[in-house]
Amino acid sequence: MKFDDPAFWRAGAISTVVVMSIVLIMLTIDSLAVISPGGANVPLYTVINQHIDYKFDAKRGSDAPVIGGPEPLFGKSVDAASAEALIDKGKLVIQSRACMDCHTFFGNGAYYAPDLTKAWLDPAWETWQAITGAATREEAMVKFLMDPVTNRTWTRAMPNLGITQPEAEATVAYLKWMAAVDTNGFPPNFGRMRSKP
Amino acid sequence: MYRSQQLALKYLAAAVALFGVMTVAGLMSAYHYVNPDFLFGVLHFNIAKILHIDTLIIWLLMGFMGAIYWFLPEEFGRELVGIQAAEILFYVFCGAVGVVAIVFIVVQYGGGDETALWFINQGRKYVEAPRWAAIGVVVVMAVFAYNVLGTAYVTRKVTGITAVLMVDLVPLLVLYLDAFPAISNMSADLFWWWWLVHLWVEATWEVLIGCIMAWTLMQLLGTSRRIVELWLYIEVALVLGTGILGLGHHYFWIGTPNYWLTIGGLFSALEPLPLLGMVIHAVYDAGTHHMKTTNRPAFYWMMAEAFGNFLGGGVWGFMITLPQVNLYAHGTQWTVSHGHFAFWGAYACGVLSVVYLVIQKVRGLAHLEGTLWKWSFAALNVGLIGMVGALLVSGFAQAFVERAIGGSTHDAFVAGQENRWFVEGIVTRFIFGLMFAAGYVALVWDLLTIGRRAPVLATAGAAE
Repeated sequence: MKFDDPAFWRAGAISTVVVMSIVLIMLTIDSLAVISPGGANVPLYTVINQHIDYKFDAKRGSDAPVIGGPEPLFGKSVDAASAEALIDKGKLVIQSRACMDCHTFFGNGAYYAPDLTKAWLDPAWETWQAITGAATREEAMVKFLMDPVTNRTWTRAMPNLGITQPEAEATVAYLKWMAAVDTNGFPPNFGRMRSKP
Repeated sequence: MYRSQQLALKYLAAAVALFGVMTVAGLMSAYHYVNPDFLFGVLHFNIAKILHIDTLIIWLLMGFMGAIYWFLPEEFGRELVGIQAAEILFYVFCGAVGVVAIVFIVVQYGGGDETALWFINQGRKYVEAPRWAAIGVVVVMAVFAYNVLGTAYVTRKVTGITAVLMVDLVPLLVLYLDAFPAISNMSADLFWWWWLVHLWVEATWEVLIGCIMAWTLMQLLGTSRRIVELWLYIEVALVLGTGILGLGHHYFWIGTPNYWLTIGGLFSALEPLPLLGMVIHAVYDAGTHHMKTTNRPAFYWMMAEAFGNFLGGGVWGFMITLPQVNLYAHGTQWTVSHGHFAFWGAYACGVLSVVYLVIQKVRGLAHLEGTLWKWSFAALNVGLIGMVGALLVSGFAQAFVERAIGGSTHDAFVAGQENRWFVEGIVTRFIFGLMFAAGYVALVWDLLTIGRRAPVLATAGAAE
């Protein structure tokens, strides 16, 4: 068989596609186990009841989430079913408002607004706490989401998307859970630069 | 002319029209960056962005379908099976696109429930179209697959190109089924979303355009079937050989295991190889024929496709594909620069090449030439490259200031966006966007008039 024979490359194309597809399926099976809630990299939804941080791990050479002690969201600990319902609702809010077409999640989406991977941990919520007069970070997040125009801090404002209080609370729960996902160190150095660069 | 070729003309016309909508929506998105108060509260950035990227997908898909409906009856030597259903679905498809666009512009958002996803907006990038419309796309693609497979079955005639096309239709249809779920777990959602976005757009579409370019080469340069099929097999082997696991470069940071850093980095670094092969193939064929062709617009757009695919998809993609770089470049305007260049080079130029080829046949011209196509070719390509270069500068600034120095917080994002280099890049992008839009206007005018006013050396009579 010669290299300029189409049959040679046809055989090569078929075998390459088959081999690569099999490898992809095997890796997919393994990855899905790792990224299911409670898997190695993705926490259970009840993690919203705990303190979450994001610190540099010298051993692995990258940033990693650190799950701490109890820190209930809105001061109320929820069971597994309620946590799952909150996360389900939060995701529906995120999709129905097309958040991904301005923001990014794990760096995926549009690039008009900040990445939300670790938004729960963003020091900027302190500013919004002062603006909204909220007692806690999560309350400030809810107030901001329900009226981002009044609470704008920058010329490029988020529009009012008709987000209700239950929807805002579910979205905040979603962002808290997402901050606990191990993303192999993305984004790097998050929150270590406290002042504006 | 076959009925399927008449349908092809409709699909290609719809594609060019949607190309215009995409351009206008792109200009609006670009201007939102320059002036954030532009249409604030009326038509915000994300709606303009949705219109921009969704019409991008639809016009290219319609362009591919138009090209295949054009070439296929000649390949099979008969009318396509089920052409009546395809004709009806064309109007349904166009109507659905119109309704979805109106809903996006007028309704924009729903409440946080499944109803919104079914009827208003699914809110997943590239697949924002509500589920009812996504079902419509599946039906259109299923009938398209029936046209191809049914005709091959009836004629019992399968060439190398049609064999590749038929096999490619399977993942094209199956992967699109991934456009429906609303998985709560963002990691799993993005995992499957990339199967759709990467394996559909960066794998099955590459094979599809490979088939279309194979036919184009045969008609445009008279390249032998043996040569184009040989290269098509090489392309399939390399595109899918590197691209299937190249999917891993989207799995660096979404919660997936860290072995994807190695696998994704390695295979996506190899992804430019088949694109380089296309350049070699195109240059070889052009050299063999001493750059002589009866249709220079189609020939130049085909060459732009080969080089654009390699530079935009291959080189620009390689720049950000290694995890060590991607950690900082991911989710910045650097990615946008790559996205624009890659879609343009890999697909848009190829579709425009086919459009000019078809126009020559339809108008019965032995030689297609003129002046205006050169202006549109130059304005579109210079405009696009200008946008890509400007976005690259903005992306560099954003990667350094927001990601590397600032640590990607809200304040770091703002600092990046207000950085002087970033702002200059964004303004420059808009200016080159205007040039691109002018190129589009020239393109449409040229498509409507070329051959009717250009010197015609000989008239070959009406095509079939």
